[in-house]
Amino acid sequence: MAGMPFDLQLLNFCAALLLLISFAMLAQRRIVNLVNLLAVQGGVLLAATILLAWRTGQHHLYVSAALTLALKVVLLPWILHRLIRRLEVYWDTEPLLNVSGTMLVGVLVVVFAFGLAQPISALASTATRNSIGIAVAVILLSFVTMITRRKAMSQVVGFLSMENGLFFGAMSATYGMPMIVEFGVALDVLVAVLVLGIFFFQIREQFDSLDLHHLESLKESDPLELARAHEEE
Amino acid sequence: MINVEFLLLLAFPLAGALLLGAFGARRWAPELNVAVSLATFLAACALTVRVVGEGNLLVAREQFFIDPFNVFLVALTAFVGLTTSLFSRPYMRVELEHGRVSAPRLRLYHSMFQLFMTTMLIALTTNNMGLLWVAMEAATLSTVLLVTLYRTAASLEAGWKYFILCGVGIAQALFGTILLYFAAEKILGAQGVSALLWTHLNGVKGQLEPAVLSLAWVFLLVGYGTKVGLAPLHNWLPDAHAEGPTPISAVLSGLLLNVAIYAIVRCKVLVEGSLHSHLPSRMLMGFGLLSVVLAAFFLWRQRDVKRLFAYSSIEHMGIITFAFGMGGPIANFAALLHMTVHSLTKSAIFFAVGHAAQKAGSQLIENIRGLITLSPTIGWGLMLGSLAILGMPPFGVFASEFLILTTAMREQPWATPILLTALGVAFAAIFGRVQPMVFGETTARRLPHPPSLVPVFAHLLIVLALGLYIPPYLADWYRAAARLIGGG
Repeated sequence: MAGMPFDLQLLNFCAALLLLISFAMLAQRRIVNLVNLLAVQGGVLLAATILLAWRTGQHHLYVSAALTLALKVVLLPWILHRLIRRLEVYWDTEPLLNVSGTMLVGVLVVVFAFGLAQPISALASTATRNSIGIAVAVILLSFVTMITRRKAMSQVVGFLSMENGLFFGAMSATYGMPMIVEFGVALDVLVAVLVLGIFFFQIREQFDSLDLHHLESLKESDPLELARAHEEE
Repeated sequence: MINVEFLLLLAFPLAGALLLGAFGARRWAPELNVAVSLATFLAACALTVRVVGEGNLLVAREQFFIDPFNVFLVALTAFVGLTTSLFSRPYMRVELEHGRVSAPRLRLYHSMFQLFMTTMLIALTTNNMGLLWVAMEAATLSTVLLVTLYRTAASLEAGWKYFILCGVGIAQALFGTILLYFAAEKILGAQGVSALLWTHLNGVKGQLEPAVLSLAWVFLLVGYGTKVGLAPLHNWLPDAHAEGPTPISAVLSGLLLNVAIYAIVRCKVLVEGSLHSHLPSRMLMGFGLLSVVLAAFFLWRQRDVKRLFAYSSIEHMGIITFAFGMGGPIANFAALLHMTVHSLTKSAIFFAVGHAAQKAGSQLIENIRGLITLSPTIGWGLMLGSLAILGMPPFGVFASEFLILTTAMREQPWATPILLTALGVAFAAIFGRVQPMVFGETTARRLPHPPSLVPVFAHLLIVLALGLYIPPYLADWYRAAARLIGGG
């Protein structure tokens, strides 16, 4: 890519890394590694934010970089690792779709994402407009991760990675949202993880497992099951 | 500029949440809860008087905005919050005595209830589309642990479903909000002091890029639509309503769904102004009709009384969404009226159902029999509430449904037979189930604390009054809001 400034090349490299990490998440079945990948994703996001802040001179991006560092690189992975240790969930069960199948779906999702982002990229005036497609792809890939996993913990990692994708999207399209909104979103994410932590212990207490197939009795098709669940109370 | 009434409106429930977080397990905590809700309601009344007298208010550097559309929802939310806290006082005491909750969990319950009220009031009054999102997400988070309050297997499942479905849904809405900001930033300037403020967006909505806004609309509708419980995104709703404590079912159904619809309508005003096409209205009508039809048929399969009325909420949300989709002064007026009466009636029904289930010791319809012999008030409350929600005259639901149906006949004739069929099916399903619950041989027992039935009849009385006569100032208020929403 001759003629493209070095910092922009680095930014594009970060975007590519994010996409790669999303694919790695799709394939990864060890939950500890999944959380590590989430932390790395946060780190790449941090690098991208700082690069962009330096390039554009938007000071508020430094603040959101600090927020990313504190929340996504340090705090959330730490909380998740603690949860994993205390709950002793290390492996996800066989995903609903095997790895190669999931990858194939992933590729199709990326193509779709770029199609979806095309009109936005065409209108954007930011230097990073080419990354919008990647951001949409990260969001959708995280979605696929959530759908194909059985363990509650993996679904949560998918959920957080989706939030990372959204954050990257906001950054590429508009150099980030207004500060007050970013703080609000960060607060919500933090509270969500704390609530989930409590919630996991409740699930464990009840079922002795974090496998979500226990959570499949409330189906419309089987009112008798439901009746039994109530009788047991 | 800071407005005192407004500040108090948010400060009371927030302070209440903190106080109850500390003292929520005490014996007098339910009374404190009522006192806080009462204070919030009085602040809401004062704010309403101010807005009616002086017109729209912009507070705190334009981050908050109060106009006829949201002020009536604020008043309604504070009122139902108050009556729910009155109802929950004896209800939660009985639950405590039956051993379904412990004192520390009661503390969580009280604190989260007030926090939930705070987030809803912020969502309603904020002018910032980003803050709206933040408050909606916070509303979900504050109720997740309430849905799982009983820690049964079913309630944990319901809580998980609620969290994940609404979380993913609301992530879509965040993407929609980002796209909205992206479009607005071009017109209103970067580093948006103002680029997410609804009042500013509304001023320039004609210049917003249509291609981006139509994409944003899809994400916003799917995102907030999940929270409204629009089919096919409604899966979380019946579970969360059925498994949580009944006061929470009442506020979820009566208030949270309204707030989510409010968010959609605010977005619709912007998108419609930019697109100049029928896409937003058509999508609303489509989702609305689908929800009405699907819910009506699912009603037949319900054996749990709270699930039954949860599906009825989906049906009514569908009707409201459809009406906002048609747009125009009459349909909007009817939709706003329907939001009011549905919220009042449905929470009254949940109050009655809550006590009925406690008396019968079960939520299953077949186990609840002959309420009227042991406690005529609960029995009549449930019967009248069901008749009201089914759209029987002279209740207010009849008036709003009648307006919606006649408008549909004139403007969207194809939809009328579908709506009428669904309403008929729903009527047969609900009436057939409620009738044996109220009349017949009884299985119920006495409760250790006398149930609080003032809220039930207060709500039904207001609904009845609205069906017979809408006071002129209220009608003006609805009309102003309906004009604001526009469309049609």
